[in-house]
Amino acid sequence: MTTAASLGLVSCHTCSLVSRAPETEEALCPRCGSHVHFRKAGSVGRTWAFLIAAMILYVPANTLPMMLTSSLFGSSDDTIISGVIFLWEDGSWYLALIVFVASILVPIAKMLALLVLLLSVQSGAGRLSAEQRSRLYRAIESIGRWSMLDIYVVALLATVVQLTALASVHAGPAAIAFGAVVVLTMLATESFDPRLIWDPVEEERERRATA
Amino acid sequence: MNRAELLACPECDLLQSDSAFPRPRKALCARCGAILYQRHDHGLERTAALTVAAAVLFAVANAFPIVSLELQDDRTTATLFGAIGVLWSQNMHLVAALVAFTALAMPLLEIAALAWLLFPLRYGRKAPYFGDVYAALQLAQRWGMVEVFVLGAIVSYVKLDHLADVQAGVALWSFAALMLVMAAIEANFDPRDLWSQATAL
Repeated sequence: MTTAASLGLVSCHTCSLVSRAPETEEALCPRCGSHVHFRKAGSVGRTWAFLIAAMILYVPANTLPMMLTSSLFGSSDDTIISGVIFLWEDGSWYLALIVFVASILVPIAKMLALLVLLLSVQSGAGRLSAEQRSRLYRAIESIGRWSMLDIYVVALLATVVQLTALASVHAGPAAIAFGAVVVLTMLATESFDPRLIWDPVEEERERRATA
Repeated sequence: MNRAELLACPECDLLQSDSAFPRPRKALCARCGAILYQRHDHGLERTAALTVAAAVLFAVANAFPIVSLELQDDRTTATLFGAIGVLWSQNMHLVAALVAFTALAMPLLEIAALAWLLFPLRYGRKAPYFGDVYAALQLAQRWGMVEVFVLGAIVSYVKLDHLADVQAGVALWSFAALMLVMAAIEANFDPRDLWSQATAL
């Protein structure tokens, strides 16, 4: 068990080529020309920044209205949660479930998981094993995009209903905040370097080997 | 010396050599379980063919309405362009930009980048800016969200179905087909083969 970094080798983020890392700060992959680094630069700090911004915006995303509907019979402002409840009461429980998972469960799970990963990397300890944390990282990497669902739904509903005389649908201010939450959590996941999870494992092994 | 035989896990940096013979179809990292690579016979040829299909479907999906609604004599339709325009006109510029980026620009970039990389390679040429275009392809694969958009279109359709006479447009089917083709591209595309062919030239 040896890591590339411990041998002075670096793998390219873009084309995966393993090459000897040059002495200079600015190193380019000999095959594809991308910048290469042992670990993503400023990974922990950047991930924190994106995560905190996402957490702050998560509040208006859920308290402000996502969709403004007005018709001859009155108007209603729906937040994400009230939209889900409306679908549930309307009998479309399967739609309610899809929207609940994509818009409420996934963002919360993602932010909590990033929090767990960051804290464990910084403190070097935690209840989860490195392998479990690796799996957690892969999970949030693949589910994060599904939160965009509600944004697309609002966009399409606003477009179809807009031109009818009977009703109109407008995207509410929460759409901006929620869209930002999705983008920020995706950027946070992208900034996080999962190899940091395994570096303490490697150090521990080396320490044992020298002792 | 053949460094390409050396693999570093992208997720835990464990160094592993690709010396097994016959090579497995799918290699997982021995330590953290991340996918090191997936190998496909004729993967690049299939990807090239699927890219052509994706380009046609993408054009159709953007030229026709996704859903249309009929209320008495009123008939309204929604295309992806239309949806972006409506969000823009409602002063939701950032949301409009986000939808345009993830549902329109990034899928288009993915198709264009694949075509750019793969077609010259078939004629024994390495396309210019190969590394940069490959990096752009990775960006497009991360941020293109055709599959989420399709689910969004289906949810919208069902929501409207409760209220009025709504019809699924040609573009809904085209987007759904595009989603499947994009998934097939993801399953067949073999970046290792791409790079080994490109560097051999």
